Amino acid sequence: MINKIVDGFAAALAGMKDGDTLLCGGFGAVGEAFALIEAVIALDVRDLTVVCNNAGSGLVGVAALLKSGKARKLICSYPRSSDPQVIDDLYARRAIEIELVPQGTLSERMRAAAGGIGGFFTRAGADTQLADGKERREIDGKLHVFEKPLHGDFALIKAHRADRWGNLVYRKSARNFNPLMAMAGKTTVAQVDEIVELGALDPEAIVTPGIFVDRVLVAP
Amino acid sequence: MTPLTRRQMAWRAAQDLRDGQYVNLGIGMPTLVSDYLPPGREIVLHSENGILGMGGAPRPGEEDRDLINAGKGLATLLPGGAFFHHNDSFLMIRGGHIDVSIMGAYEVSASGDLANWATNVETLAPGVGGAMDLAAGAIEVRVLMEHNGKDGSKRIRQACTLPLTGKSCVTRVYTNLAVLDIARDGVVVREMIEGLDVEALQKLTDAKLALANDWKKLTPPAL
Repeated sequence: MINKIVDGFAAALAGMKDGDTLLCGGFGAVGEAFALIEAVIALDVRDLTVVCNNAGSGLVGVAALLKSGKARKLICSYPRSSDPQVIDDLYARRAIEIELVPQGTLSERMRAAAGGIGGFFTRAGADTQLADGKERREIDGKLHVFEKPLHGDFALIKAHRADRWGNLVYRKSARNFNPLMAMAGKTTVAQVDEIVELGALDPEAIVTPGIFVDRVLVAP
Repeated sequence: MTPLTRRQMAWRAAQDLRDGQYVNLGIGMPTLVSDYLPPGREIVLHSENGILGMGGAPRPGEEDRDLINAGKGLATLLPGGAFFHHNDSFLMIRGGHIDVSIMGAYEVSASGDLANWATNVETLAPGVGGAMDLAAGAIEVRVLMEHNGKDGSKRIRQACTLPLTGKSCVTRVYTNLAVLDIARDGVVVREMIEGLDVEALQKLTDAKLALANDWKKLTPPAL
């Protein structure tokens, strides 16, 4: 019998180790797995790479994780969201490495990783300094830049409902990066509002099929 | 001479949107454009965080914290609207499915280069968000910005001085003084506010200006 539901953060995050790359869902605070991400702070791990569209707000979630000093690097598109006190401090002290990636490229790099694609050429950013050091190629008369896949050791995502197989549905704009990260994580952990019986989710409406999900945890 | 307010600038940009267009509004002033969509036109707003058919801010009691716009303010969904994930959202952007992108900017060049993600000040971490994807993939990129910086700096330039977001992508610029097109041979003034002439506007602009033969006075409603 398949049962991906775990009860507790220790089981949800088991196996996380030094140097891991964590894909953290959310666009601003919406769709961010606050409880899961904050649980990482209590683990004995360091030199993490955090992948998240933003660098968190205030002193919660991704911001709290970055403040804890466990992350060596942040890969993001837009670090300064509302109340960016943590990233402002880290940046001022040059206490974290930031890799800035155009938002669509960030998403596509995770899709490539999820789908076994070895990279792709995109026009986004090709004629900017964010493409410096990367391979550029003219395709059909337009300049493109080569971008590599972005794998995660863990994906820490937020969904609305799950069943024990790990099928997921999301809520409104809280979907955002979560389905991509679910697919690109070696171990994908979903924090959900509610678990329903197997068969209760409309198969036509399941956004993330359970094959991409390893563990499900109910947390507020 | 009275420069346009931010709301009047947003109103002016909204007047050019046509029935049936899919439009992405950038954060900041461009978000205000949604308040002035001309009645009778169905204009579908796209938000990079996975929304088509986005409506304005919710009325009291209708707020939903899972429904936000690109600027992370609360939003609503219109009938016919849809939610989707980030990859579909940026496929729409990069793949030429968005008719018009309206963004803010620090600088625009005479050849339509856009600079809107990094200043040369290193005290704060720069962010690019979806701007480079929009610059590369939206069918038309229009800019909504104050004609000059707070320090009087010239923002419509022969060449940009700040790091670029994209090259040769901007087609039209709405400022608090004028509406300008980036044409093949340079910057053409289409509209100017009452009391301004092209010589005075040129003094506030680094790029060389040409005045359209059929230029008009820019006369927004009081907003």
